[in-house]
Amino acid sequence: MSATVDRVPTPESSTERFGAADTTRRRHLRPTVWAGLGFLAPLLVYLAIFYAYPLYENVSMSLHRFTRATFVTGLAPFVGLDVYREVISSPLFWSTVRQTALFVVVSLVFQYAIGLGLAVFFQRHFPISGVLRGLFLVPWLLPIIVSATTWQWMMDADSGILNRFLGLFGVDPIWWLNAQHSLMSVTIANIWLGIPFNLVILYSGLQNIPADLYEAASLDGAGAWRQFWSLTFPLLRPVSAITLLLGFVYTLKVVDIIWIMTLGTGSSQTLATWAYGMAFGKGASSIIRYSQASVLGTILLVIALVMGFVYLAAQRRQED
Amino acid sequence: MERTTARRTWWKTVLGLLFTALMLFPLYWMVNVSFTQRDAIRSGDVFPRHFTLSHYAVVLHQQLPYLGTSIVVGLGTVVLTLVISAPAAFALSKLYVPGRRALTFSLLVAQMIPAVVMALGFYTIYTKLGILDTLPGLILADSTIAVPFGVMLFTAFMSGIPAELLQAAHIDGASHWRTFRSVVMPIARNSAVTVGLFAFLWAWSDFLFASTLNRDGGSLRPITMGLYDYIGSQNQEWGPLMATAVLASIPTALLLLVAQRYVAAGVTAGAVKD
Repeated sequence: MSATVDRVPTPESSTERFGAADTTRRRHLRPTVWAGLGFLAPLLVYLAIFYAYPLYENVSMSLHRFTRATFVTGLAPFVGLDVYREVISSPLFWSTVRQTALFVVVSLVFQYAIGLGLAVFFQRHFPISGVLRGLFLVPWLLPIIVSATTWQWMMDADSGILNRFLGLFGVDPIWWLNAQHSLMSVTIANIWLGIPFNLVILYSGLQNIPADLYEAASLDGAGAWRQFWSLTFPLLRPVSAITLLLGFVYTLKVVDIIWIMTLGTGSSQTLATWAYGMAFGKGASSIIRYSQASVLGTILLVIALVMGFVYLAAQRRQED
Repeated sequence: MERTTARRTWWKTVLGLLFTALMLFPLYWMVNVSFTQRDAIRSGDVFPRHFTLSHYAVVLHQQLPYLGTSIVVGLGTVVLTLVISAPAAFALSKLYVPGRRALTFSLLVAQMIPAVVMALGFYTIYTKLGILDTLPGLILADSTIAVPFGVMLFTAFMSGIPAELLQAAHIDGASHWRTFRSVVMPIARNSAVTVGLFAFLWAWSDFLFASTLNRDGGSLRPITMGLYDYIGSQNQEWGPLMATAVLASIPTALLLLVAQRYVAAGVTAGAVKD
């Protein structure tokens, strides 16, 4: 890398080396390319071994019929899309897709609405507002397993605090974590987990809206409600789009909160927990099903890829 | 003037306290149960009326190896993440690299890949390599959560370093490596703290990789697995369970107290461009 210092550069040519890549297509291009690749090499090797290869393994497994015995015999016949067909035609598949959709959409709507409400609440400073905003981050930074166990205990049917509290109003105890209600329960916990993320991102979006716009609006006699709907909300749209998009991706791949609370049983089974259960022979799926799990994995992977493109498009539009 | 605004906003402070209390209630409840005597847990007192430290006494002894493992894994992940992401970000932001857009895009998608997919791939590879249930294996897997984030955060910051500064170093005869080490990295120190902090927190919190790639690791398993052992057992002992949960939360609490601004910087980075 030190080979690049072959002459004393004029300021102009240094701009070439360090500056925008677009202008470098002229003479002294090579040394910088090598330097760039040198600095990049660890990442490239890393991505190839720890991203590309596992993903390749995953897709490959979904096209071969893998069983536990494969690790002993080494035999996994190529079956094309057979396993995909089996998984998609299984009665569990569509109900799981529906539950996943419900989990994601309901989580997003509430996380976003509550996060936005809080962001607007914190928009104008008041005494100790900074400290309180910091405290709101705590649930997001805690290990999910910690939050999940706590929710599990709070939702205990006999002595959980939630049922105790509802009992004060004469509500009968709810079996939060049984097969029927588990989807609702994990969604509630997941909404709680996602509020901090929404709050922080939307709050920083709000900080970028110039204050004089609000002054002008209030001189024109617009009240707080009116200001929100005709000023804050439209101007926040690009940030909202990105928040929801990232939220979608994060919610879709959630395993731990659901797994710890319910082992993905009953209505709380999502595509991600189903894949996890089948891949490692846990929970409802006591038999390891690598191929089926990797089919689900590949489906999730494709969704992630599509979302990556959507994110890029959204960000481009924000820049325009 | 000052006084009137203070009078006008005191109700917001009250309301804010109320919201925060509501939000943090589950955590309060965790701490509350962890200090309550075994017989009294099911009565659901609002504060530990039957106070005890016995759960901690039990748990501290048991969980100490797991806590140690978690610290090692966390620090290992931090080092690996920084070593890979900082130079790469320097190349992406300040040097000419072909295919930069494609690489940035792959990093973006990399952050979106479900951990289940990665875990499944890792599992087969680790089985072949024989590094299942080992600490290096877990560190490598955990770092995949943080590396794409690290590269993107560093790149965003380093793009803002004025080109003149690097030119000056160059004129003084500094190599790229020297420039990176002695000019760029000292300026990017705050970003390094943010990246390191998140790498540590994510590695510390990881459940998915630990439960799949390191489940038979004995005491060489992280604290999340120590906690999971309690959940998995048939008759759940909520006192020790919650005490362990509190122990597992300590780094988060500590980092928030000491480094709140780095945390806030990390949360918004990448998601919002200003």
